Amino acid sequence: MKNWPLWEVFIRSKNGLEHRHCGSLHASDATMALENARDVYTRRNEGVSIWVVPSAQITASDPDDSSELFEPAKDKAYRHPTFYELPEELKHM
Amino acid sequence: MSEQEIKNLEAIFDLRIANDEKIEPKDWMPEKYRQTHIRQISQHAHSEIVGMLPEGNWITRAPSLRRKVALLAKVQDEAGHGLYLYSACETLGVSREDLYEQLHSGAAKYSSIFNYPTITWADMGAIGWLVDGAAIINQVPLTATSYGPYARAMVRVCKEESFHQRQGFEIMMTLANGTPEQKEMAQDALNRWWWPSLMMLGPTDAASVHTEQSMKWKLKRKTNDELRQQFVDQTVPQAELIGLTIPDPNLKWNEETKRYDFGELDWEEFWQVVKGHGPCNKKRISDRVNAWENGKWVRDAAMAYAEKQEAKKLEQAI
Ligand SMILES: [Fe+2]
Ligand SMILES: [Fe+2]
Repeated sequence: MKNWPLWEVFIRSKNGLEHRHCGSLHASDATMALENARDVYTRRNEGVSIWVVPSAQITASDPDDSSELFEPAKDKAYRHPTFYELPEELKHM
Repeated sequence: MSEQEIKNLEAIFDLRIANDEKIEPKDWMPEKYRQTHIRQISQHAHSEIVGMLPEGNWITRAPSLRRKVALLAKVQDEAGHGLYLYSACETLGVSREDLYEQLHSGAAKYSSIFNYPTITWADMGAIGWLVDGAAIINQVPLTATSYGPYARAMVRVCKEESFHQRQGFEIMMTLANGTPEQKEMAQDALNRWWWPSLMMLGPTDAASVHTEQSMKWKLKRKTNDELRQQFVDQTVPQAELIGLTIPDPNLKWNEETKRYDFGELDWEEFWQVVKGHGPCNKKRISDRVNAWENGKWVRDAAMAYAEKQEAKKLEQAI
């Protein structure tokens, strides 16, 4: 018989905040993954909501492509407010 | 990849760690880094899991409901610690089944301390106070280790450990303030757990094979002997506070170093236990193997049910 697959666990710590990845676990199906996530990752009120996703379903970027993907954003200072030189007198902008 | 290319990658890798950058699962890493981390993280996970056994022994016999819920919660935390760590270890490309297999076959080690028996209720106090206390000293520096998933798991673990130590100390304190028999029970537990707890911090620096490399990778920040000294310095006043005596005739305050001098550890005993000849090595492993094997039908049934449900869903979709 096949081994229990791996699931990634995401927890929302309180309403108003996003779900954040907190780890993974093994479970036979989604229902069990949720139950196990509750026991493993929220024993001290760490969460108000849980997502579980089969790890095999995640498509991740390759670190070897990092420069190609992320470096182009580095020399685009004009995307940031500090790029623009405005008069001192102009307080809140 | 050519040898030179690997050398270059290694140089960049070492620099990243020296700059306090974290290494994440899909990043390139030297094979030795991967293997060392698999070994250390899995050993750590196994220790959490096997560590449940000596304490699990007392859950049904805890002297009050208060003590029972606390011990149960602690043991449940240790299961959680094991699971955080196994999942961190799996990010290095090893499967959970392989890790279990290594534990069950004896190929992997776990902390030797769990090969000692828990013969009285006071042992629950001594374990929480001393064993979790030594574990905290070992673990806190690991929250800043270089491998991201391990560091994150350690942050969670460390947050949870302090209750473990406090509940243990409270048990010891209560016994030490109790009847003469209770105090004697507490002292006896301290006598038995003191030296093994000091050994938990690892072989002496002179005998430790992994220290230098581990320092570079931030798997270690202080040497075993420094950690041991820290443990002694912090624990001696705690024992005094509750009127218990550390079982070491050579223990004395050193005015010059402002630290405690303490006696030689029995390293022969340490290596005997590491090699499998401790009082409970066989029992611990056979308990683990039995739990795994006797649980097989449950795992299979759950998987069969999941597959059936999945097939049903597909059928309905057609
Ligand atoms: Fe733990
Ligand atoms: Fe603990």
